[in-house]
Amino acid sequence: MRWYLKLLPPLFLLLIWEVASILINNPFILPTPASVISVLMTPSADILGSGSIIDNALLSIWRVILGFGLAVLCAVPAGIIIGRYRTIDELLNPLIQLLRPIPPLAWVPLALAWFKIGLASIVFIIFIGSFFPVLINTIDGVRRVNRTWIETALIYGAKGWKLLVYVIIPAAAPAVWTGLRVGFGVAWMCVVAAEMLPGTTSGLGYLIMYSYNWGQVPVIIAGMIVIGIIGIGADLLFRGVEKRKFQWQEMNR
Amino acid sequence: MAGDEQMTVVIQNVGKIFETRTRDPVIALDDISFEIQKGEFIAILGPSGCGKTTLLRMIAGLDTPTTGSILVEGKPVTGPDPRLAMIFQEYSLYPWRTVRANVAFGLQMRGMEKEERNRITDRFIRLVGLDGFADSYPYELSGGMRQRVAVARALATDPAVLLMDEPFGALDAQTRNRMQKELLEIWESARKTVVFVTHSVDEAVYLADRIIVLSPRPGRLSAIYDVSFSRPRDRTSVEFASLRRDVLELIDHLEESQ
Repeated sequence: MRWYLKLLPPLFLLLIWEVASILINNPFILPTPASVISVLMTPSADILGSGSIIDNALLSIWRVILGFGLAVLCAVPAGIIIGRYRTIDELLNPLIQLLRPIPPLAWVPLALAWFKIGLASIVFIIFIGSFFPVLINTIDGVRRVNRTWIETALIYGAKGWKLLVYVIIPAAAPAVWTGLRVGFGVAWMCVVAAEMLPGTTSGLGYLIMYSYNWGQVPVIIAGMIVIGIIGIGADLLFRGVEKRKFQWQEMNR
Repeated sequence: MAGDEQMTVVIQNVGKIFETRTRDPVIALDDISFEIQKGEFIAILGPSGCGKTTLLRMIAGLDTPTTGSILVEGKPVTGPDPRLAMIFQEYSLYPWRTVRANVAFGLQMRGMEKEERNRITDRFIRLVGLDGFADSYPYELSGGMRQRVAVARALATDPAVLLMDEPFGALDAQTRNRMQKELLEIWESARKTVVFVTHSVDEAVYLADRIIVLSPRPGRLSAIYDVSFSRPRDRTSVEFASLRRDVLELIDHLEESQ
């Protein structure tokens, strides 16, 4: 499809929005697109004393990097071990299956009880949210490593860490990377939700919640758009690496 | 066969029983014995279910015999072994590695320095006729070229025995014939002992010095054929046709008596 055709639906939405805002004629319910765009055009301007959009976005990104990074550091090694050793897999699988469906936000009260309000709670929620996608994909990737690849390596004398470094990890890398991409997406959703918790005083989630309290609906919508753009940007980044690094996966027969 | 000449591979009363959880144990192989001379090209032939791949895997050290023993150069095989190299039917190349890195894999695992590794690797890439493709990835190659990479990778480690498990089974007929011819040329120049598993009678008669025929369920040694006529073999010759007919009849008979 031609790229400009893909611009039509957003433009159509913008048109409906414009018409609706004129009909409703109440900026506290639906501000005009122009007022939102004017907020977006000045992303470094301070908003009601709680910092600019850029400041808050960077803070949210930093929190995600902390929580997500911690989750990756734990989930990838754990996934490799679980994927490699059947007994450990059988031992831990029921526990993983039990914990996995609990939404990250259901951990909020516990997070507050353990870490109080602040960075640690938010990072913990992000950690929980991104841990499982990364873990599950890593386990799956390691478990599905082509048997012939492993046997070939054994025949050529690769054992232990050599087998791991030269065969298992590169073979599982595309699946792990998919886990990272999904995990990062979840982490990004978690940070915004976690920042809406009472007591938080910064971040994009906080900014749009705070703007609601002050009736700044254009800022709410502008914040949402920024959240969406950063999410899509991260996803494209992950996919870009996937395409360049792991093209062997799709083309391998 | 001179009696004092040490056999490269000795298979003594080898049997394999697979334990299953749900059904009775399956006897895959029963009391197989034969010997392979240095430099010999052996084909192991049989209908599906005769355990020919299992036998090859046991020689490679990937499976252990339930009974009997396998000796390579006088020493028993107890696990994957640097004296042996195996070429699988497919999916054995590492798709994230270039041709050169694939061929170098075995040498790298043995801790060889990069410089020497590259020198040896380039020689074997040339030997299998893939110069110019050293930096390509497996997905950029045809099926036949991929198997040549696998052959180069195996030869680069200088094994005593080359084990091949239906290496050309996934190729189209034309490529297959060409690969057989090239394999013989490589075998003649590299002077390796080859054990070649196949279910194609034609392939066995074309390639092998001796053909070992296994019967199915349980896999037993049914016959050993000496293929005495010289290479390159003419598929349309009378002797070729007559041996092929004999072996085919035996295999048909083995399958019918199931």
